Amino acid sequence: MESAPARLRFPLHIAVFLAPALIVYSLFSIYPIVDTIRLSFYVGDQEGARHFAGLANFRTLLTDPAWSAQFWNALRNNLIFFAIHMVVQNGIGLGLAMLLSLPHLAGGSIYRTLIFLPTMLSVVIVGFIWQLILNPLWGIAPSLLKAVGLGSYFGPWLGQEATALIAISLISVWQFVGIPMMLIYAALINIPDDLLDAATVDGAGPFSVFWFVRLPLILPTLGVVSILTFVANFNAFDLIYAVKGALAGPNFSTDILGTFFYRTFFGYQLQVGSPTMGATVATAMLVVILIGVLIYLFGVQRRLQRHAF
Amino acid sequence: MNRVESKVFLSRAGRLLAAVSIAASALAFAQVATAQTLTIESWRNDDADVWNNQIIPAFNKKYPNIKVQFKADPPTEYNAALNARLAGGTAGDLITCRPFDASLDLFKKGHLVAVNDVKGIENFSDVARSAWSTDDGKTTFCMPMASVIHGFIYNKAVFDELKLTPPKTMAEFHAVLDKIKADGKYTPIAMGTADQWEAATMGFQNIGVNYWKGEEGRKALIEGKQKFTDPAYVEVFKELASWAPYMGDGYKSQKYPDTQNLFTLGRAAIYPAGSWDIPIFRKQADFEFDAFAPPVPDASGKCYISDHTDIALGINAKSKNIEAAKTFLSWIASSEFADIYANALPGFFPLSKEKVTVKDPVAAKFVGWRGTCESSIRNSYQILSRGTPNLENELWNVSAQVINGTMKPEEAAKKVEDGLASWYEPHKK
Repeated sequence: MESAPARLRFPLHIAVFLAPALIVYSLFSIYPIVDTIRLSFYVGDQEGARHFAGLANFRTLLTDPAWSAQFWNALRNNLIFFAIHMVVQNGIGLGLAMLLSLPHLAGGSIYRTLIFLPTMLSVVIVGFIWQLILNPLWGIAPSLLKAVGLGSYFGPWLGQEATALIAISLISVWQFVGIPMMLIYAALINIPDDLLDAATVDGAGPFSVFWFVRLPLILPTLGVVSILTFVANFNAFDLIYAVKGALAGPNFSTDILGTFFYRTFFGYQLQVGSPTMGATVATAMLVVILIGVLIYLFGVQRRLQRHAF
Repeated sequence: MNRVESKVFLSRAGRLLAAVSIAASALAFAQVATAQTLTIESWRNDDADVWNNQIIPAFNKKYPNIKVQFKADPPTEYNAALNARLAGGTAGDLITCRPFDASLDLFKKGHLVAVNDVKGIENFSDVARSAWSTDDGKTTFCMPMASVIHGFIYNKAVFDELKLTPPKTMAEFHAVLDKIKADGKYTPIAMGTADQWEAATMGFQNIGVNYWKGEEGRKALIEGKQKFTDPAYVEVFKELASWAPYMGDGYKSQKYPDTQNLFTLGRAAIYPAGSWDIPIFRKQADFEFDAFAPPVPDASGKCYISDHTDIALGINAKSKNIEAAKTFLSWIASSEFADIYANALPGFFPLSKEKVTVKDPVAAKFVGWRGTCESSIRNSYQILSRGTPNLENELWNVSAQVINGTMKPEEAAKKVEDGLASWYEPHKK
């Protein structure tokens, strides 16, 4: 009988410990998102007053050809941008992590630092440097290619519709390849040597060890890397804005949801920005990211088995 | 004085010193409070030195009580930053106005005050005021400052070396280009399409006025009497498409600063220009350069130039110093300001009716075309860029594509016309 009131008492300390994160997160993350969604149901008139319009903005975005063509184009470019990151960035990241985790690698920490270094540079600087390198007039890329007899393969890659998006994606890959590398590397060195030794004793070659022992053990990390890449890519904006501007030329071939959102919300040159349409694009971006994250959570995350060592 | 006395004295002196310094700082504070400070919002970050060293000191000679600060954002970020600051109530007192809808939008939202009653506004013609007036022309909300003129700047040394004369017609223009290309030492046309706007602004709008006959064509477009699919406009796109072989290697990813460097390093002969390039070329080019007006398609007709109303100054409706801001605006309208501005920034031409002597010879040449050719402004600026898709942005896109060879001139004309017809009544018929 005596212990009952004690059990029912509200666990105040939990609330106290949760409060700072909860307050900050609600104020600066949840509230703006909710407010953005609210704003997307309004239309603004010439005087700047706003009226409730239900789903009209979303109908415009998805059915008006002037908007929907840009929206689907941006979404498609975003998917390409993401696919290149998944394949090239995470593939190279995995390969580099494998190499770094080789037991007798000399100077491993130097490589690690060097490869990780670009992630800490400002995107604006990365964009600027690569524009200089690839510049057809003064860049070193054309002269380097000429020096090895491949000069005729050089093209103004950042200026052609067929190549601009790929070129920018690869610049971004160059900058951020250090992040998957570090995460995967950390997972790899966490694998106990006993497991690897046991596999070797059982007669597994290096390839089998990788395929049947290491890879399954780092799958959860690969999952985290994928979802981080997904969210970062669908929020991307800065590199394309720095290199191609908000019109994401040529002919919107580098336009992704981020630049589309910027153009809509803030306007560009003579185009006057529309906060309500911008909020609609932002909400659409949120939905796309949510769908992706949900697919990951229910399709991938729940099937992964965590291994305790 | 013994030791104790001297200590007392010192501490007294210290106290006195403290008191004096407090009083002095209080006095200084009071002085700051009586002098009004005006902050100018601008996108011309290149001009900060000129404002700080020439324009503001000249103003302060007459009005020492009004302090003026010049604050600029990069041009591409200006609209976004300004809108955010206006909405948040932290924008400066004086707002540099872009022409037409961007500023009209600010006025309609109540961010700018009407300047009809500001002394000096009578110094500007209706055309000059049109860029910053309501559609009915009754209310003006920014004091016009300057226009920019399009044309072609050329490297005189290259022209002398190859024995070329500045072309007057399109046929002559192409003959000149062919000669430069045949010689092979220089890039005939310095221009790139990576930034897209150059193709539209330095290309389409620069030569276009001669094809659509300036104001006549511009107004006909607004009234719906002409369409972009009309021969005049298709011809301009065709002419642009013919420039590609004369442009530098990899012009598709050549940006505006690359273009400027290509010309100022003496590697290109002709630079399709805006007059705002003159001050930069003065600083960077160590050869003599001159200018010719956009060549005419046939020699029999009149010539036209794009004399584009570009920059003005308005007053933030939430400013606490509206009276001081009005004083500043009426000084902006004076011939004194026009004279300083025109010569400190050759290539920005004052719009006021006052006579101004432009000392820079190339700038003087540009402004001299006002006497021989008819002036017009860019056709996408008034009314036609109000809807979605935005006409100005569309023109950037298709002009670049036409030069890149990814779109035929007829397709470009059709795309622009279709875009306009999708929201603009007079073009729906």
